Amino acid sequence: MIPAAFEYHRPTNMDDVIALLTKHGDDARVMAGGHSLIPMMKLRMAEIPHLIDLQDIGGLQDITIHGQRVTLGAMVTQHELINHAALTEVAPILRETALQIADPQVRYMGTVGGNVANGDPGNDMPGLMQCLDAQINLAGPNGARSVAARDYYEAAYMTAREDDEVLVSVSFDSPKSGYAYEKQKRKIGDYATAAAAVTLTKDGGTVASASIAMTNLSDVPVWSEGAGAALIGTRCDADALKAAVEAMLGDIDPTEDNRGPVAFKRHVAGVILKRAITRAWDRA
Amino acid sequence: MNDMTPDRETRSANLKGLGCSRKRVEDARFTQGKGNYVDDIKLPGMLHGDFVRSPYAHARVVSINKDAALALPGVVAVLTAEDLAPLNLHWMPTLAGDKQMVLADGKVLFQGQEVAFVVAKDRYVAADAVELVEVEYEELPVIVDPFEALKTDVVLREDLAGQTHGAHGPRKHHNHIFTWEQGDETTTNQVLENADVVAEETMYYHRTHPCPLETCGSVASMDKVNGKLTLWGTFQAPHVVRTVASLLSGIEEHNIRVVSPDIGGGFGNKVGVYPGYVCSIVASIVTGVPVKWVEDRMENLMSTAFARDYWMTGKIAATKEGKITGLHCHVTADHGGFDACADPTKFPAGFMNICTGSYDIPVAYLAVDGVYTNKAPGGVSYRCSFRVTEAVYFIERMIEVLAIELNMDAAELRRINFIKKEQFPYQSALGWEYDSGDYHTAWDKALKAVDYEGLRREQAERVEAFKRGETRTLMGIGLSFFTEIVGAGPVKNCDILGMGMFDSCEIRIHPTGSAIARLGTISQGQGHATTFAQILASEIGLSADSITIEEGDTDTAPYGLGTYGSRSTPVAGAATAMAGRKIRAKAQMIAAYLLEVHDDDVEWDIDRFVVKGAPERFKTMKEIAYAAYNQAIPGIEPGLEAVSYYDPPNMTYPFGAYVCVMDIDVDTGVPEIRRFYALDDCGTRINPMIIEGQIHGGLTEALAVALGQEIAYDDLGNVKTGTLMDFFLPTAWEVPNYETDFTVTPSPHHPIGAKGVGESPHVGGVPCFSNAVQDAFRAFGNRHTNMPHDHWRIWQTANRLGLHD
Ligand SMILES: Cc1cc2nc3c(=O)[nH]c(=O)nc-3n(C[C@H](O)[C@H](O)[C@H](O)COP(=O)(O)OP(=O)(O)OC[C@H]3O[C@@H](n4cnc5c(N)ncnc54)[C@H](O)[C@@H]3O)c2cc1C
Repeated sequence: MIPAAFEYHRPTNMDDVIALLTKHGDDARVMAGGHSLIPMMKLRMAEIPHLIDLQDIGGLQDITIHGQRVTLGAMVTQHELINHAALTEVAPILRETALQIADPQVRYMGTVGGNVANGDPGNDMPGLMQCLDAQINLAGPNGARSVAARDYYEAAYMTAREDDEVLVSVSFDSPKSGYAYEKQKRKIGDYATAAAAVTLTKDGGTVASASIAMTNLSDVPVWSEGAGAALIGTRCDADALKAAVEAMLGDIDPTEDNRGPVAFKRHVAGVILKRAITRAWDRA
Repeated sequence: MNDMTPDRETRSANLKGLGCSRKRVEDARFTQGKGNYVDDIKLPGMLHGDFVRSPYAHARVVSINKDAALALPGVVAVLTAEDLAPLNLHWMPTLAGDKQMVLADGKVLFQGQEVAFVVAKDRYVAADAVELVEVEYEELPVIVDPFEALKTDVVLREDLAGQTHGAHGPRKHHNHIFTWEQGDETTTNQVLENADVVAEETMYYHRTHPCPLETCGSVASMDKVNGKLTLWGTFQAPHVVRTVASLLSGIEEHNIRVVSPDIGGGFGNKVGVYPGYVCSIVASIVTGVPVKWVEDRMENLMSTAFARDYWMTGKIAATKEGKITGLHCHVTADHGGFDACADPTKFPAGFMNICTGSYDIPVAYLAVDGVYTNKAPGGVSYRCSFRVTEAVYFIERMIEVLAIELNMDAAELRRINFIKKEQFPYQSALGWEYDSGDYHTAWDKALKAVDYEGLRREQAERVEAFKRGETRTLMGIGLSFFTEIVGAGPVKNCDILGMGMFDSCEIRIHPTGSAIARLGTISQGQGHATTFAQILASEIGLSADSITIEEGDTDTAPYGLGTYGSRSTPVAGAATAMAGRKIRAKAQMIAAYLLEVHDDDVEWDIDRFVVKGAPERFKTMKEIAYAAYNQAIPGIEPGLEAVSYYDPPNMTYPFGAYVCVMDIDVDTGVPEIRRFYALDDCGTRINPMIIEGQIHGGLTEALAVALGQEIAYDDLGNVKTGTLMDFFLPTAWEVPNYETDFTVTPSPHHPIGAKGVGESPHVGGVPCFSNAVQDAFRAFGNRHTNMPHDHWRIWQTANRLGLHD
């Protein structure tokens, strides 16, 4: 649990961050809350000769809400997601999700940017961002660009972000209607055995639109287009739930670990999704 | 001068003695971060050690190349078995009569085994150097299954080749360690053959780990000028460590000082001797400066002592009416690569022969086979007396299985088989003499407290509702009644490496009427400084607040065997009371002299001696203490001190009745503990608040073990649960509200009637949580499923029983 030696950088503006990333290439990594990165360094699973701390960079800590458009700065902590009244007003699913991440100690440090950028299939924010159809805003040596969360994740720890790019913020439209983030875990501080993010809108007593994403059931978060589609026009009755679950099961690909064998995870994924849909429907 | 005398009640309360929920005197420093643990020790010029560990579970060590590590600036030495061999320290004896490699001698037998010890100027350099030591391994076939170990040609312990006899008798196979038999096999088999009913079950009590919050570590400091070695360490038995260190190193015992500073939990993990201790000593002797070694969390989980890993097969015979007539138990015990169990020498399976439990079973037989595998060594008593958790789990599961076989209520089955109050002292079929008990009273009180009948009715309704499709949760009612066997133990049959398991207390009363008492035990969170002062306060009539308790420094404390197996109160607590009585005996003579009466004409009254029949004439203990140092009393030496070495005549047998109510989500396998009721009888209660704290802690560790905590290996011997992400340590969130209750049945042979309590809740808790899970599925045909009952295994039970569509 002793990391290898590293150089610690603490720049005060984004240009310097990008310059450092460009200069050191593979040998450099940015650090946000450090609650995924530092454990990896202590286990010597990551050796990072140049660690670039983002905490003195201005402008990354803001939560801005313009009408329906929400933008979360990369350095917004999970704790702030829980305690931001205006955010909870427009997008309560953020609070519901953040409350199920780790424990208060981790949430004081862990950031939105770190959680989204990390690329660990166990992180809860990536699935949520896919469900919300968020845009991931990056800055790099060639300027700024945005990537849809649904296109962002390539494999475990592999994302569309280039090594010399920094995640600046994520933005999405407020989910106006029913929502739920449902997670099964073994204990406080554990990653999901299975988790489901659901948003849906209701029109004339049936589902008008629905979006569903699953966490920790594949090497990337899984946005299940088919699962959402299966709900459209239904009243989320038993048959609709069954169809959504079946579509979702076609998209996930869990592996066996200490949380359990594949059959168990697939079963639980279905149960969790049904519960999430039911709660979202009740709230819609 | 006597006008101001407070009444007896006030004087008694002022002592804060037995029965007082006195606040823990330790907590001020712990809650303010002012504790002093091994890792807090920093000495001038101190070096740091770190281990190169084997990534393989079974491999030959072909070569070790230290060059690159030694070339790293700041690295002082890299020790291997070759370096230790000339000192004959490359192997060390274990507490179980086996020997263990200190550093890999030609091969490794488990993942995480110590291969080389790097010594460097700081902790970071040491960790970097570990990566630079090049070890070439040749992989060997890995055996993680003890049953396969007994069949395979693969020889794990080549050093024992040809030895058909081990420390505990004949070895049947090259991977077999011992067979330990107790009881009467022939009669037991006859009873089983002729019984109305026989229930049989095989259960696996999985491997787990005590996982104290503070890991193991030591700081060794060899002073070459005066020839003295000082060793600070996380030792539950510092005096034994001193003796072992002397025997191994050849340094005379008076030149070794062992200190256990504050210890952040032990739970059995810190009883044994680890390679890290030996290496820090050798490194300090070699370098002449202090050397610190502190393991990290993963090292602690992977390499220092595990607990349990018992495969138990039981047969229990009964009449149609449910009267138990006999019990047969066979255990295949997985000891890992070396037999490093921490048990009294003559008990290679600990007190597993307490497995007849709280029941009057006329005949029984137990056989335990110890086996080598490619897993870490250990086999410690994780918050229990030696193997008592295994024994109680076994019998409490067998009772449940028998209840199913007989189609009987499990509470009633227990009731009709309990040892009766008038049968104590009770001689068990497997050789123990239970000191005292009143099981029926405790059981009835527990069942009444939880409205047992009402719970069963509710459960039956739930089953019906489930069958009708109205609910997807089932309700489990977990019962357990346990008898512990603690306070090892009588020197006639209990020793560790030849050292009899007595314990000790030495008291000095200061002239102004305060005192210091030193004991041979060492607190790891149990609150000894609080409770032992209370025992003494009641014995000698000085307030507990005026008594300092000190333990853990072998230069000052009297010799004792340490703290584990709930032995501190039964043994050292008894020594404290006995030493206190010696103080009082001398005080009586002094008081009589001061009061100018005959010794027999004064009597003890809470905090003073009074003249019989003239209570206004008295001398308080404070006055007596002053006189002891300041007055020439004919025929009496000055001073007021006493020491007692206490060899207990018997073990003590705490018991208790637990009930757990659980709701289980059949679809996700998630259990929710609705209620947990724990009635404990630990004899005389010294500090009810500390008892309650101990019970909460023990139950929480029981919950952990029953519901998820395990050390799991894959087929290649890789540890799958090496971090706290996968190794389950419950937090406040997972822990239910505990209801505690008690009865008091004093131990007849203990000076104050106390029995020990710290481990009871763990021993009784594990079967209670497990029984609750199993009971939830009883209506659907479940007999037994193995722990840990984590979500997926519970789900699997539901799935196997066809409860998912
Ligand atoms: C005990 C424990 C339990 C946890 N449980 C959960 C859980 O249940 N669910 C969950 O979702 N998470 C969990 N986490 C992870 C936690 O939420 C992390 O804080 C989060 O995943 C990463 O955020 P961070 O700010 O700490 O990022 P860091 O650890 O600082 O960084 C993580 C990675 O992202 C990169 N990175 C960070 N910020 C940026 C950026 N702005 N641009 C580009 N790259 C960036 C870093 O270089 C690094 O590779 C847990 C962590 C712990 C220690």
